[in-house]
Amino acid sequence: MTAVLDAVSLVCLTGSALLSLAAAVGLLRFPDLLSRMHAGTKPQVLGVLLALLGVGLRLRSGLDVGMLVLVGIFQCLTLPVAAHMVGRAVYRTDLVRNCDLAVDDLSATGTSTGTLAGPPTDVSQDVPRSDG
Amino acid sequence: MSTVLTWLAAALLTAAASLILIRIVRGPTVLDRVVALDVLIAVIVSALALEAVVNRHGTTLPILITLSLLGFISSVTVARYVERDNSEVAEDDDVRGERR
Repeated sequence: MTAVLDAVSLVCLTGSALLSLAAAVGLLRFPDLLSRMHAGTKPQVLGVLLALLGVGLRLRSGLDVGMLVLVGIFQCLTLPVAAHMVGRAVYRTDLVRNCDLAVDDLSATGTSTGTLAGPPTDVSQDVPRSDG
Repeated sequence: MSTVLTWLAAALLTAAASLILIRIVRGPTVLDRVVALDVLIAVIVSALALEAVVNRHGTTLPILITLSLLGFISSVTVARYVERDNSEVAEDDDVRGERR
């Protein structure tokens, strides 16, 4: 029984490591700041929760499991707030590529003009999409 | 079997941390670096969890609590700083002033 629990805990940790690698590749390859945020949230929620589940399955004592639950609750409570603040800062500093948006609910006119400056990436930004 | 999984997880976490470090060094804006640092903290939490599982002790668990709160504080602080800095610039800038 304990051998099975230990094996499951290692599988959980390997899954968490896989999610971390996927997020790292996304962070490096994606052209836009918002899509980088999207890639980065995978290990921040599911990866961390999987790792905590792995530790809990391996240690199996009441105090340790309580502390792990506390870490999970903190992570799930604070991450949306932090992502909200960062996303708002991204929008207000004009780092959103407006040509990627079909509808911009936060702007005064409510529609995307596609003419504002985007982030300094190497992707061409002043060509609007035909379907947008 | 367990040794293979342990080394596999350690190698994956090392590769992930290296790629995130490249993004932190490259990142065109400070917000890129903040997002990448948040993900790096998640990778460090996973690495500490792996260490706790391999050596079977709970000594590093308080560090996990500290890290999960520290990432939140750092990203909120930097996000607010960047926002305020840019809005002060925008008052003098005609192009950005039009948009407000």
